[in-house]
Amino acid sequence: MDVAVIAKEIKREDLLRMYDYLRLTRAVEDRITALYRQGRIVGGVYTSYGMEAIAVGYASALERDDVIAPFHRDMGAFLIRGFTPGEVLAQYLGKRVGPSKGKDGNVHMGDLRRGVFGFVSHLADNLPVAAGAALAFKMRGESRVVFTGTGDGGSSRGDFHEAMNFAAVRRLPVVFFCNNNQYAYSTPLRLQMAIPNVVDRAKAYGMPGEIVDGNDVAEVYLAAKHAIAKARAGEGPSFLEFKTMRMHGHSEHDPAKYVPRELLEEWKKKDPILKAEQLLKQLGYGEEAYFHEVADRVKKEVEAGVEFAEQSPLPEGPEVLEGVFAMSADSH
Amino acid sequence: MAQSTEEVSYLEAISQALDEEMARDERVFLMGEDIGMYGGAFKITEGFLQKYGEWRVLDTPLAESGFVGAAIGAAMMGLRPVVEMQFADFISCAFDQITEVAAKNHYRWGAAVPMVIRAPFGGGVHGGPFHSECPEGWFFHSPGLKLVAPSTPYDAKGLLKAAIRDPNPVIYFEHKFLYRRIKSTLPQEDFVVPLGKADVKRIGNDISVITYGAMVHLALEAAQSLAHEGIDLEVVDLRTLMPLDKETIYASVRKTSKAILLHEDNKTGGVGAEIAALLAEECFDCLDGPVIRIAPPDTPVPFSTPLEEFFLPKTSDIIAAARKLATY
Repeated sequence: MDVAVIAKEIKREDLLRMYDYLRLTRAVEDRITALYRQGRIVGGVYTSYGMEAIAVGYASALERDDVIAPFHRDMGAFLIRGFTPGEVLAQYLGKRVGPSKGKDGNVHMGDLRRGVFGFVSHLADNLPVAAGAALAFKMRGESRVVFTGTGDGGSSRGDFHEAMNFAAVRRLPVVFFCNNNQYAYSTPLRLQMAIPNVVDRAKAYGMPGEIVDGNDVAEVYLAAKHAIAKARAGEGPSFLEFKTMRMHGHSEHDPAKYVPRELLEEWKKKDPILKAEQLLKQLGYGEEAYFHEVADRVKKEVEAGVEFAEQSPLPEGPEVLEGVFAMSADSH
Repeated sequence: MAQSTEEVSYLEAISQALDEEMARDERVFLMGEDIGMYGGAFKITEGFLQKYGEWRVLDTPLAESGFVGAAIGAAMMGLRPVVEMQFADFISCAFDQITEVAAKNHYRWGAAVPMVIRAPFGGGVHGGPFHSECPEGWFFHSPGLKLVAPSTPYDAKGLLKAAIRDPNPVIYFEHKFLYRRIKSTLPQEDFVVPLGKADVKRIGNDISVITYGAMVHLALEAAQSLAHEGIDLEVVDLRTLMPLDKETIYASVRKTSKAILLHEDNKTGGVGAEIAALLAEECFDCLDGPVIRIAPPDTPVPFSTPLEEFFLPKTSDIIAAARKLATY
């Protein structure tokens, strides 16, 4: 069905807000990439370039009390949950005001108060953890939902399968997703699994699944809304496979020469920002002048964030000793 | 405190601690394989399913990493999960969740993980390489985890209660050999044994035996026979391996000037190796003899009786080491 027809189910203000976040995500990550190339960011830099619609779409579909255990290319989810560009940049620069106070870098940030679990590099490790959060919601009779996922590569991990099975057995209010961007670092999908679609893995657990255009923010939003509503209604977990393409390397140090150029050219035409603009125009919600206005606005916001992050102090060495053990879990 | 009139086994003490904490705090719940209808491989949770229902006594799929991960998530959302590893050996399947997620979450992004993993460990029960292991060394080396290993029913109950109330991930190593062999009366009132405090199980003047778990009883036996020879052992039961009660260890060794480190985990890189190094750093001036380690050889735990007997430390090993140290 024509996306413009389905997208009419989405409120105009919600679609425009998602467009803002697509732009903000791209602007923040472009700035991070530039800082990395200038040698001002040490460590890994992982961007969601070309995949922004996934996190922006699903995070927009969740309620404030719901929990997100994100994939590492889900910058949009952090931003929607209130991580400011300044905080994100401070995190990348290893500053004390960053969400992990310099203890960890890049997208390895989380905050329980904002309902975002800190990302773990061991892909899929947060999936059982997310299922456990959903277990807590179910045990307490709360109508909260957890949204969690990994990439096509991460779906090969045992923890991916253990989490899906556990959630299915206990009918937990969790939505699993796969950001299928076709490459796990340099490993193409055909060497990752002998099936064409990751969603087929959900069938083994008796879990409903769906393939979604991951470059279309409206489609992601609607699919997420539907799955979230089912989870909230006590119908158990479901699985969404977001088909997309990783347009940059695994990390910014990786030129990704293993990806055929023609493939990238093809996916460039499906850029999520471009797609969102086409949709907004089709619906009569916005035109070129408006898009430029948004791009300028987010650029200014990101520049203010860079200034904040750069002017913030680095942690002192001895701070490394702080926080190994918690003194209390009262806020939980 | 008033004592119960009946003697309680180490196993019953663990069961009592779980029951009392579940009754005291509705956030406390149990997860593990076969802990519901079956009551657990060792029957520690027998009757719990009927009493607390299937959402507080969760039989899990056979997937240690998955259910430990789930416990982490539930803990972060305000519950107090107590996970049972059917045998401590199977904890290797959940190693990643424990060391990478539970241990690091608070340090990395401030999320406390108040959970307990019960790990029935240790040999002497003819369990072979996959049912007798002492895996505490793996976790002793991972910052962010607390480790306890009780040797008596009192400590078993009090440490488990303290572990459940602690805001951090705690691995509770309960010794299978002690389950039905060790009994004592317990206070009738609620009590905890604070984490991080060692206990001098026998006061002595000549040699400190620093140990934990089932080995505490071997050390006490050795002390009894050596008393006739005029060698007076002090037995320090660590109770908590992490954080390690260095003050009690140093105080004992400064008094006796001699130390034997005794454990059932493999020798290389074990808790004893760390304490030996600490004594070399902090107590060198007061040592009157070499620090001696008594531990199994670096092999998996064997099955056959003579092999397992050879493998496990014996009272005679402690006696021989003490006699040797006494001559310095």
